[in-house]
Amino acid sequence: MELLLQQVMAGLANGAIYACMALAVVMIYQAIDHLNFAQGEMAMFSTFIAWQMIAWGLPYWVAFALTVLVSFVAGVLIDRVLFRPVQNAPILSQIVAFIALFSILNSSAGQIWDFTIKNFPTPFGHKPLFGGTLIDTHEAGMIGVTLALLGLLYLFFRGTRLGLAMRAAAANPESARLVGIRVGWMTALGWGMAAAIGAVAGMLIAPVVFLEPNMMIGVLLYGFAGAVLGGLTSPAGAVIGGFLVGIIENLAGTFIPYVGRELKLTLALILIVVVLMFRPSGIFGRRVVSRV
Amino acid sequence: MMLEVAGLDAFYGQNQALYDVGFGVDEGQVRTLLGANGAGKTTILRAICGMVRVAGDIRFDGKRIAGWATEDVVRLGVAHVPEGRGTFLRLSVEENLQLGAMTRKGRREIAADIERVYVSFPRLKERRAQQAGTLSGGEQQMLAVGRALMLRPRLLLLDEPSFGLAPLIVEELFAILRQINAETGVAMLIVEQNAVLALELAEHAYLLETGRVVMDAPSAVVGADESVRRSYLGY
Amino acid sequence: MTTVPKDAVAGAVPVPVQGSLRVRPTVRHLVVAATIVIAALIPLVAQSFVLFQLTEVMIYGLAILGLNLLTGFNGQFSLGHSAFYGLGAYTAAILIHNYEVSYLWTLPAAGGVCFVVGFLFGLPALRLQNLYLALATFALATAMPQILKFHALEAWTGGVQGLVVDQPDAPDFLPLNTDQWLYYVTLVVVIIMFAAAANLIRSRTGRAMMAIRDNPIAAAAMGINASLYKTLTFGVSALYTGVAGALSALAVAYVAPDSFNIFLSISLLVGLVIGGVGSIPGCLFGGLFVLYVPNIANSLSTGLAGAIYGIILLIVIYVMPAGAAGFTRFALARMQGLRRP
Repeated sequence: MELLLQQVMAGLANGAIYACMALAVVMIYQAIDHLNFAQGEMAMFSTFIAWQMIAWGLPYWVAFALTVLVSFVAGVLIDRVLFRPVQNAPILSQIVAFIALFSILNSSAGQIWDFTIKNFPTPFGHKPLFGGTLIDTHEAGMIGVTLALLGLLYLFFRGTRLGLAMRAAAANPESARLVGIRVGWMTALGWGMAAAIGAVAGMLIAPVVFLEPNMMIGVLLYGFAGAVLGGLTSPAGAVIGGFLVGIIENLAGTFIPYVGRELKLTLALILIVVVLMFRPSGIFGRRVVSRV
Repeated sequence: MMLEVAGLDAFYGQNQALYDVGFGVDEGQVRTLLGANGAGKTTILRAICGMVRVAGDIRFDGKRIAGWATEDVVRLGVAHVPEGRGTFLRLSVEENLQLGAMTRKGRREIAADIERVYVSFPRLKERRAQQAGTLSGGEQQMLAVGRALMLRPRLLLLDEPSFGLAPLIVEELFAILRQINAETGVAMLIVEQNAVLALELAEHAYLLETGRVVMDAPSAVVGADESVRRSYLGY
Repeated sequence: MTTVPKDAVAGAVPVPVQGSLRVRPTVRHLVVAATIVIAALIPLVAQSFVLFQLTEVMIYGLAILGLNLLTGFNGQFSLGHSAFYGLGAYTAAILIHNYEVSYLWTLPAAGGVCFVVGFLFGLPALRLQNLYLALATFALATAMPQILKFHALEAWTGGVQGLVVDQPDAPDFLPLNTDQWLYYVTLVVVIIMFAAAANLIRSRTGRAMMAIRDNPIAAAAMGINASLYKTLTFGVSALYTGVAGALSALAVAYVAPDSFNIFLSISLLVGLVIGGVGSIPGCLFGGLFVLYVPNIANSLSTGLAGAIYGIILLIVIYVMPAGAAGFTRFALARMQGLRRP
């Protein structure tokens, strides 16, 4: 029982990472109606930029704020410049564009900053929380920031006109134009926000997994899994999904025999797929009823 | 004249769908575009809203709007209820209505207008928090019209409002449209296959055949015409 | 006009598809025949290494054709084909290494094993659409290297080190070296399987497959047993990619678990799109791209190879959003348009 609790807490701590990533994934999905496979690499690149600023002597919070801003702008530019030419192309072709972006970012980061592992500072410190061994201050900070972001996003999407406009533009671009929404700008805004959230996620995750160009690959996958599990229409669901994935992964690794580090991922995915077979819209996703 | 169209050609890729179409709608008028499937009626509405490649002249209040982006045409006060209604299925009824007022300012007026829509369409009020996709066909049509009205448009474009609806609902809808035109003075251009109802509501009609206007006359005249009666009115 | 439920792949394939190169059949047959003749003559002039690469191009083309059958023609998205490729490769390797089976028998064996596994995977896949299917197939792709490294299976799979495969010699009466012989074997297999695929697509079964892709509800309403066709397609698709894997085991003479990972699946997907989703000849172009472009990128700059690859990929997608096949169709249509009075 003690072990179970410990593993659940450890899973929650990991899960905070996945939850943060899942949030960014759902953001972009709400904005553009597909998944951005390069999300993790964008977050990684943003984190490197922050690292570089800190290495140049800027204080942490200044670097943090600047990175979020730069990432926002970069996200908007990536959408307007890179994805504009393929916006009317078949979806599989757009997926290839995402793959290309992934490749470019990963390779460039490796070239500029090389593949040696770097330390990334945390404003929360690594002291154990409440004196126990279950969770430390940084992990608590991660959970806190993720929840705060979630709250802000919820308020934005449900409570503001701009948020409503973005949701409409993603759901039905043609109808959105018919009510006067500038769909192109909404998509770009969505990208910018997703890039900014991704940057925050990256900067929270790096102190735990250490900064190197391949750090986000596994995390992104877990983030996707969490987002899908929670239901892609629900940011809260994505966060919960992320935490669940962390817990499932940890419990599977601890309690199921033969499952070493490598098979943990596969097992987590399989479990998620099984859940989806019974609840196809994810645990919290809203079933969209459409008449044929 | 508020809306003036002259010499309009429209194209879907390499295929031409409209040939030298001309008509007009003035403030407060209700006019209808009739014709069989594929005659080009929907294309005309889409052309006005910048959703189709065109050549020719489209003017609103004297301003050339041919080739304008949809969002900009909307801001002139043109509300389009498209074929298939274009409802935001995943959003609630209330959110759909709020979206109609996206280009307007003034929270209180918008809220008042939403209440006015609920007065015209009481069924929607019952379902205000429901996901729009769960509404019946007739209710979705009413929602679509309601959303268009939220713009406080000067011109309302309706594409086959009777499509797929039971006859009683259609009559209800058209009665409401007549009332709205009387109360607010919004002009309407209605594309319809149901010629009987359309001719009752509109004062003037245009008949389209394979992309050309073949008749341009007051409704009474169109309704009395032999060939129209046989082809479109069924008697 | 009703709102059609969003389906990632149905919108992906430009309609119409097969046989839509508006070229007269005789011209098309001539082009195919000429290509085969040229392909048959290449080993007489080419060096071993180039031959090996061309063999690999054909193998990738065959693997991509497998993916194309599932995704392009039947609308089921898969990121898991590296698993079938690996399964086919290991089936061949194990049969040759542990049981000394003749190499020619390993091809149908690999195909058979993959068909069964693919079919079985297709059963639960029936309940999953698009995104969720992508996740499930992703799980399959990440599982494969782990399964291959699993210590309980090491006696067969050779564990992390993999297996060495003895390459076959050409029959005594032919004056060919191993590379040339393998090239010809691959060529023959590829010709047969491509022809079979083309026939399948043109048949009633093919039309049913495509109907399911374009409008599953209408297809079911017309009486097509969607479940049966979808699972069969999964099986056949896996079969094709599995045979490609078996051929690659022979060509490379070695199998190792980490070569059959998710990045291979992604390469196959890229090859599919670049060649042209829903185009059979496009698969070979895809194979060419997937083999050569990463090498080109690497030779331009080892450090930024990935970035260069990404940029090339973007440029190709901008210029040819419907792949090489789509572009060819477009160009031919333009030329025909110009010729019209």
